[in-house]
Amino acid sequence: MPQYPNRQFLDFEQPIKDLYEQIEQTKKLAEKNQKIDYSSTISQLESSIVDKRKEITEHLTPWQRVQLSRHPDRPYMLKYIEKMTTNFIECHGDRNFADDKAMIGGFADLDGETVMLIGQQKGHTTKMRQLRNFGMAKPEGYRKALRLMRLAEKFDKPIITFIDTPGAYPGLEGEERGQGEAIARNIFEMIRLKVPVICIIIGEGASGGALGIGVGDRVLMMENTWYTVISPEGCSSILWRSVDKKETAAEQLKLTSIDMKGFGLVDEIVPEPIGGAHWDYVEAAELLKKVILTNLKEIKKHSPKVRINKRIEKFGKMGFWEAIPTTEIPAIASE
Amino acid sequence: MDNIFTGLEEDAHQEETGRRSWFKRRKKGILTTTAEKKETPEGLWNKCPECNFISTTSDLKEALFVCAKCNYHHRIGSDEYFDIIFDEQVFTEMFDDIRSVDMLHFTDLKSYQKRLDDIHSKTDLKDSMRVATGNVNGEGLVVACMDFEFIGGSLGSVMGEKFSRAVDYCIANKLPFMVISKSGGARMMESAFSLMQMAKTSGKLSQLADAQLPYFSLLTDPTFGGISASFGMLGDLNFAEPGALIGFAGPRVIKETIKKDLPPGFQRSEFLIEHGFLDFILDRKDLKNKLSQLITLFRN
Repeated sequence: MPQYPNRQFLDFEQPIKDLYEQIEQTKKLAEKNQKIDYSSTISQLESSIVDKRKEITEHLTPWQRVQLSRHPDRPYMLKYIEKMTTNFIECHGDRNFADDKAMIGGFADLDGETVMLIGQQKGHTTKMRQLRNFGMAKPEGYRKALRLMRLAEKFDKPIITFIDTPGAYPGLEGEERGQGEAIARNIFEMIRLKVPVICIIIGEGASGGALGIGVGDRVLMMENTWYTVISPEGCSSILWRSVDKKETAAEQLKLTSIDMKGFGLVDEIVPEPIGGAHWDYVEAAELLKKVILTNLKEIKKHSPKVRINKRIEKFGKMGFWEAIPTTEIPAIASE
Repeated sequence: MDNIFTGLEEDAHQEETGRRSWFKRRKKGILTTTAEKKETPEGLWNKCPECNFISTTSDLKEALFVCAKCNYHHRIGSDEYFDIIFDEQVFTEMFDDIRSVDMLHFTDLKSYQKRLDDIHSKTDLKDSMRVATGNVNGEGLVVACMDFEFIGGSLGSVMGEKFSRAVDYCIANKLPFMVISKSGGARMMESAFSLMQMAKTSGKLSQLADAQLPYFSLLTDPTFGGISASFGMLGDLNFAEPGALIGFAGPRVIKETIKKDLPPGFQRSEFLIEHGFLDFILDRKDLKNKLSQLITLFRN
């Protein structure tokens, strides 16, 4: 986890940066004037940083929440694996075409139990971001995920997926290899998996790219993440025919964890450290682990058949419509 | 209106095309009962967007809206497909008692509710999918067909619910199921609810699979996004009309991403079959007979 001055600050986090700078200056002063005790000033400033973090995250607009989910210091999947599990063995390749670096997976030990971890991975540096294709998986990524899910199913191990993607990769080769089919197949197969499945949105959750590893007994969202049908930028450019409306699109899409929980489209919000997961990786991982374990315990109570039926039922209830009052329902012909 | 062509121009046109005649005997059209259809080309004359061949609307209708010269399949709606598929154009529409509502108060350039009200006042369509059951050469079938005219055939809660009820009906009555897709993808005005329809419909298909009932997916021009990334590509058999544009990401988005021109024929049915994602490409005129063949083969 980067420490000041290596931390990066978003626009609305600027007041926090100012506080850090004040601390730096006070420390310099303290060095110069060793007779005066500055320690109480410093500790006061440090606690006001935490207050500021809290204050800022309490009043975020949906678009700022989107920005927070993309914070350059935000932990990605491998970070959570490192902090939450032991003995992680990464498994590569879809056994068909290639190894997609944007989608990773493998077995690990979570609190004494073997689990399968699958998810999108992003990079922190330009080079790594390119290698990970910005978390945008291709068909081989989704097929690799499915291969690993089947592997977990074979050995009766629970599956935990980490969703963090701006969408599936919209490119030439993705289309050639059936991006749509790969995602469709995953959704269909995930609904039928015999083992417990928990899906967590840890950053961005955009469209089919997210849902392609997002069908489970429990779908959780971390506090400062978003999950919807399209990225705010994509929505803006399609519906408003301009990318300038991304803030409005973010509002209209009602994509925050609070909205999604309110709609009943996700099951639970996972709390983050004050100010966001990027402030404390260890705490973020601990909070997440706790929620995963509780949920895992609960869904394990059911038999595979019950779990599958509950999954179908849960997603089957999603949607809204109204009855057309005047029209009669025509009788069904039986010829 | 009638005098688009003087006689001379007509002769010249005939020579050029060599196909069409003024004095062609007109059989009683198989689509005679469905006058004034939406999505059917308006007016008396119709120009093929592919080859500019000009034909009368009634001739085009008789040819199932397929260009006589270049086999271009015009985009048609659920009314036309139901008429083409079902015996004597007899079918029963089902689950047409629900419609979309703007629960999220979604407003882009205009509000979602306004959009819905506008379409409801302009057409008889209640949503982007209609479900009907009837016989195909004597074989029972449930067909769910999209209407592109209704917000681009987009996948929203109503489509998801109609799809689900259709599957339930198939299971209860042991009938095969076919979906005719024609859609731009998920309906953004329903936000995450539209996304979840992909999981909802897949769950129902899982039940249909357990009941061992066949599911056919017919992809028509255009089929994109949430449809191709869910039930569109999940058919026991996937087939498409010739030349249909089918894909996950739209051509414009891909072009912007890779910053290159797309190869000719990219994302067309022929491209998909070449890459292994379709079982066959099907001319509209063969649709009905092929369907009854398939139903028989799957059953016996």
